[in-house]
Amino acid sequence: MTTTEIAPPIRPVGPLPKTREKMGRRFAYGFLILSIVPILIGYSWLVIATFSFRTEGLLPRNAEGGIGGFTLRNWDFVTDAAIWNAMLNSLLIAVAMVIGVGVASAAGGYALSRFKFAGRKAFLTGTLVLHAFKAEMLLIAIFFVLRSLGDIPIIGGFIGFNTVGGVALVMIALELPLGIWLMKGFFDNLPWDMERAALIDGASRFRVWWQIMLPQVRPGLAALSLFTFIAGWNAYLVPFTFTVGSKVANMPVFLNQLISDTAPTNWNQVAAVGMFQMVPLIIFFIFTQELLLNIYAGGSKGT
Amino acid sequence: MRVELDNLSKSWDGVVGADRITLDIADGDLVAFLGPSGCGKTTTLLMVAGIYKPTGGTISFDGRVVNEVAPKDRGIGMVFQSYALYPHMTVFGNISYPLRIQKVNKGEIRERVQRVADMMGIGDLLDRNIAQLSGGQQQRVSLGRALVKEPQLLLFDEPLSNLDARLRLSMRGEIKRLQDGLGITSIYVTHDQVEAMTMADKIAVMSKGVLQAYDVPEDLYDRPKTLFVAGFVGNPPMNFFDVEIMRTDGDFRAKSGAIDLVLPADRAEKAAAAKGKVIMGIRPEDVDLVDDSAPAGEGLTLTGEITVVEPLGREDLLGVGINGVDMHVLVDKARGVRVGDSVDFVFNTSRVQFFDPETELSFLWA
Repeated sequence: MTTTEIAPPIRPVGPLPKTREKMGRRFAYGFLILSIVPILIGYSWLVIATFSFRTEGLLPRNAEGGIGGFTLRNWDFVTDAAIWNAMLNSLLIAVAMVIGVGVASAAGGYALSRFKFAGRKAFLTGTLVLHAFKAEMLLIAIFFVLRSLGDIPIIGGFIGFNTVGGVALVMIALELPLGIWLMKGFFDNLPWDMERAALIDGASRFRVWWQIMLPQVRPGLAALSLFTFIAGWNAYLVPFTFTVGSKVANMPVFLNQLISDTAPTNWNQVAAVGMFQMVPLIIFFIFTQELLLNIYAGGSKGT
Repeated sequence: MRVELDNLSKSWDGVVGADRITLDIADGDLVAFLGPSGCGKTTTLLMVAGIYKPTGGTISFDGRVVNEVAPKDRGIGMVFQSYALYPHMTVFGNISYPLRIQKVNKGEIRERVQRVADMMGIGDLLDRNIAQLSGGQQQRVSLGRALVKEPQLLLFDEPLSNLDARLRLSMRGEIKRLQDGLGITSIYVTHDQVEAMTMADKIAVMSKGVLQAYDVPEDLYDRPKTLFVAGFVGNPPMNFFDVEIMRTDGDFRAKSGAIDLVLPADRAEKAAAAKGKVIMGIRPEDVDLVDDSAPAGEGLTLTGEITVVEPLGREDLLGVGINGVDMHVLVDKARGVRVGDSVDFVFNTSRVQFFDPETELSFLWA
């Protein structure tokens, strides 16, 4: 007779799988919460400061030094026309960039993806290499370009030095390598057959691009527009360099003008203006976050 | 519409896609371009469509050279393997697209799209999105889109390759019926020889960019002009042996180390004129197990050893070694042969083929 030895059930070392999973999740959440604490503190200060007389750490203080001192004084600027002018300028730059970068990237990306022409490869590597140069290196050269653009009759007044148009133009140019490469990537993934079918169905090249190909890359175009809008809205270096005075200042430049070298700076007011600049972006995010998540997660998904 | 290709060639930086293709397609015919992948059949089709520009030769529609005519002005419809539907449009949007570009008025578009959709059996799916359709339905939409503009020439680029076997079979018949009924000249690119054999009025066999043969299906099978065609058309493929043709006492015999067969004079005579070795071909179904009740004639049987038995359902495919030479034999099943058995085979030598090993041309038909 053979005896079958029944092995005693092996108790897993450590906690049971379910508890282990729970612990893992707890650890992950703990890590995530810990890492956003500094950011949360920063934003908390921003919100508290905008409504306070002054702050000490995260504590709002009134004039006598006691806790409290709620005030709307820091928001007085909303009645000032200058901030609305700055906001309009920011909006103009951002919208001009979205349109300019969107159109040029969609057209250029398609051409680079589908057509063979002399200099195509050189252009592709060229844009990539140029993208590696920081905008700061080009500032002086661009200054001269804008100066001479300003000498062009009629349109020079819109795209020269110290104009919103000029700033937008420079920002578009700096953003284009990324945009063109991004859109080229999206077009590269589209099947040739769809395009051939449209050509045979009677469409012209332009119609193929506009009616057949563009709708397929809409998620890519949406992502590009979003990035471009944010880049334009927050643009600082280029507007700061190529504008003088408050008439053509955009929001970040306006914000910087509040920080004076000679008089003491009201930091609570700076915080309020910063908040004010963020509001449109926050609203924007709330309405587009689903689309954004789709783009980040799937790449080609969305819409 | 009559289509003529004259020395049509296409190459990219020295890589030849299609090399001097010359063939005529009669009005209303369906011609299949058959060949392994990379043989140049799709390249040729895309030149006919106007997507690729030929680097040599001409394409003529009804005698008019169309090399420089844009795809949209060629009056063609095309069906792709990938369906190539526009995913952001509905079924109606897809089928109506060619008409909308032509600015046909709305009422007529409705009517023509409905008629084509009904013909394709998708009349009730017009409002659906493309993503909601099965592969078969998508291919019908694609076919409908190609037909709705009433083209003079229909081009098919492996239209059934993405469908499952059962659907492929029924769509095959359907496309053929449709094409016959409408009488539209068609070119059908496929690597599936059954599709080509069953659907085409004529088959153009291509390999490495070269047109190997252009014939009606029966002639390709029974009277192959080249070694390539003989080996490519037919599944399982034809068996080939290196033999010498001897003439003794008025009898022709094919001889090699492994083989000694008596040949009928009408097949052997031309091959015998060649001095030295020739390639003899015989199809798997032209060899059979010897049936004891009906003894075969002298010199028509050989003994071989079974190396493989593959039941195909209706029949069995045998791998046979005859003195070290391998061949395939297709026999009715249920004869109880097993691997390792030594069995006598009878050869139907009235159906053998002979090819020149140098030129690879047939001694009989070339």
